[in-house]
Amino acid sequence: MADRAQPVSGTPGLVAAFGVAAVILGTLLTVALRAEGGAGLFGPADWSALRFTLLQASLSALLSVGLAVPVARALARRRFRGRAALIGLMGAPFILPVIVGVLGLVTVFGRGGWISQILGQFGLPPLSIYGLHGVVLAHVFFNLPLATRLILQGWQEVPGERFRLAAQLGIEGWSMWRLIELPMLMRVVPGALAVVFALCLTSFAVALTLGGGPRATTIELAIYQAFTFDFDLGRAALLSLVQLVLTGVTAWVALRLGSGEGFGAGLDRAIRRWDGQGALRRGLDAGWIGLAALFLLLPLSAVVLAGLAGMIGLPGQVWRSAAISLAVAGASTVLVLIVALPMAIAAARGGRGRGGILARMVELSGLLGLAASPLVIGTGLFILMRPLTDPIAMALPVTALVNALMALPFALRILGPRARDVLAGEGRLGLSLGLTGGRFVRLVLWPRMRPQIGFAAGLTAALSMGDLGVIALFADPDTATLPLQIYRLMGAYRMESAAGAALLLLLLSLALFYIIDRGGRYHAEA
Amino acid sequence: MKKIAIALGCLGGALPGAVIADTPELTVYTYDSFVSDWGPGPKIEAAFEESCGCDLNLVGIEDGAALLARVRLEGAHSEADVVLGIDTNLMAAAAETGLFAPHEVSAEYDLPIAWEDASFLPYDWGYFAFVHNEGFAAPGDFRALAESDTKIVIQDPRSSTPGLGLLYWVKSAYGDEAPAIWQGLSDNIVTVTKGWSEAYGLFLEGEADMVLSYTTSPAYHLIAEEDASKAAALFDEGHYMQVEVAGMLKGSDQPDLARQFLAFMVSDAAQSILPTTNWMYPAVTPEAGLPKGFETLTQPEKALFYTADEAEALRKPALDEWLTALSR
Repeated sequence: MADRAQPVSGTPGLVAAFGVAAVILGTLLTVALRAEGGAGLFGPADWSALRFTLLQASLSALLSVGLAVPVARALARRRFRGRAALIGLMGAPFILPVIVGVLGLVTVFGRGGWISQILGQFGLPPLSIYGLHGVVLAHVFFNLPLATRLILQGWQEVPGERFRLAAQLGIEGWSMWRLIELPMLMRVVPGALAVVFALCLTSFAVALTLGGGPRATTIELAIYQAFTFDFDLGRAALLSLVQLVLTGVTAWVALRLGSGEGFGAGLDRAIRRWDGQGALRRGLDAGWIGLAALFLLLPLSAVVLAGLAGMIGLPGQVWRSAAISLAVAGASTVLVLIVALPMAIAAARGGRGRGGILARMVELSGLLGLAASPLVIGTGLFILMRPLTDPIAMALPVTALVNALMALPFALRILGPRARDVLAGEGRLGLSLGLTGGRFVRLVLWPRMRPQIGFAAGLTAALSMGDLGVIALFADPDTATLPLQIYRLMGAYRMESAAGAALLLLLLSLALFYIIDRGGRYHAEA
Repeated sequence: MKKIAIALGCLGGALPGAVIADTPELTVYTYDSFVSDWGPGPKIEAAFEESCGCDLNLVGIEDGAALLARVRLEGAHSEADVVLGIDTNLMAAAAETGLFAPHEVSAEYDLPIAWEDASFLPYDWGYFAFVHNEGFAAPGDFRALAESDTKIVIQDPRSSTPGLGLLYWVKSAYGDEAPAIWQGLSDNIVTVTKGWSEAYGLFLEGEADMVLSYTTSPAYHLIAEEDASKAAALFDEGHYMQVEVAGMLKGSDQPDLARQFLAFMVSDAAQSILPTTNWMYPAVTPEAGLPKGFETLTQPEKALFYTADEAEALRKPALDEWLTALSR
């Protein structure tokens, strides 16, 4: 069956997707080709690393998304003072550098943490955060905000008219769930699961630190070991390929499951909800929001408290690093938008048969960024660039590029569903009016996608701020980003200054996210 | 995209440290904490540039293991003239690359061991030790530690050089009994971290009684923070040594300058910078002696040490023993 005509072309998106896949697979191939001797075998230790990796990533994804559904539902139904600020703040763990987040978690849940101290008051033994449960706890802390935002967005993309109609027909509770919410979740949840799964798959420092010992070995650790201590590039490439294939398969399944039909076009009216007014429902919603806020905000306040003392008199180099990080974040954001928007359109054109497969390939190439080991990309780029230029002089552009690749999957998850709805709803009208190409993008897509574009851009900027990326592979003393500077302060015993710099990073990332996200939704409901 | 790259490249280039034409440039690859503003890098650079009439370009690459990997990756056409910051446990692997040239520099070392190596020059060293808070009754050896309910944080030998050092410490002290010691320690280990910073951070958060670090760690707290609350536990078996070395590459286009830099690294000027920036013992005690505060540090009675070749041969079996003992 022929694909339906569309007002915008998918070609730029296909080109962008090809470019992204070329960087990820090309760097992998480069590393593999540079290997001396045969690739190391996939030994018994690797199998157990693979099992642990899969187990912790699956548990983390299921729990993060499973908890995100009721939290997002509650947030979608309720309007209260400070809601926007709460949603913004709750997103903060996602953009924290790993080591800062882990120390924040430990301050609350650790052996000497706040909860253990309270338990101690009652003569109870301290909590133990170290083990599989600790790894999953940390991954839920880092990823619940993202999952909540993705699912909340699904709720917000249901046209306001559907809720209006539902209210007129007296549809509430179970019927509302069955007719509107469940079909929406069926479209959004598989994608969210795939993103969190892929993200946890490449976890290394979190899994090891909170895993409590070598039982908690992930594939990414094996890749690091192969790269550094063993210098076995073939093995590093092989292990990295395993990660890519795992993510690829999961993502393919998720994208197939999540490709149901949308709700059709609405009139872009602000959403108002009439359902869920009973005292019990209000109480339940308040409970979910309160629990999630407590879980996410307690470790964050630990980060803030630890950083306050160090914020005073931060060394000048930290401020310069902050400026460098802002520049890197800006470049990553522009890069992501240039690539993600056409890719989202290409994926949204969809259709059946060949068109559908192409669309999924586009989405898949975007997701690969999550599964690719930054070490492999960095090393591959290093090998490729050496004959042409001094890689160290290119440290910042390469960092911006790699950060963009890591943020791309999130941007695609945010832009994709909305682009699909807009094309499905307005595409025919656009075609019949002769509104195609750039004019369709400017007059129809852009205004309808502004909130999503703002969210995606804000998230990318914040992520890029906090991501250590590949700078440690390339940096010279003068071009340290803020996350690298935090590690340097810690490496020089200056834990208090490091905590201060981490607080600065948190504040900058949140401000950046807030400003950009706000810019996209200045007219939308609070 | 290209424009952004160029713009960012300009930003990088506009920062201080721009190269002046005609001045010879010496590129030194080292680990990241050496080049940081709080490490020895800036002072070493200033002191060396005073006399060399050159531009010293320090490049920081993560840690010692990643540093060696970078040198191997670049091979014979490396940008680097000198590599600084590999420890003796990785020295055999470094020598095996065949990339290093004899340095021809000699010095009167104050190391607990005799030093003879044509390619690698030691510039500082330290003893691994478990650091704890003053007042904590620390166990006196590994057996006592294993029997106590003392909690420790250590680094993973697969991703961290101190972690690898601990592996050699137990192995050199206990030989074939090492696996039993590790099994005994398994319930004392709160967790194993990727690197030193994570472990030390967890210790300062109060997650463990002791953390694997150096006997010189309390010196930082004492001298830089005027805080005498940290101490290193003295173990009766002796303490394993970490010796950090530098070497020059055969492919260097500035061999004379490289040699001059290596000689500078064991000179009084450089050696007096290292103790209070890298927080390690200098390889040659400066004329003015060690900084005040170092006399308070724990003095091991016995130095444990494997030569580079012994360490290389033991790495895989010791790692397997460690994994097996702790994975149960």
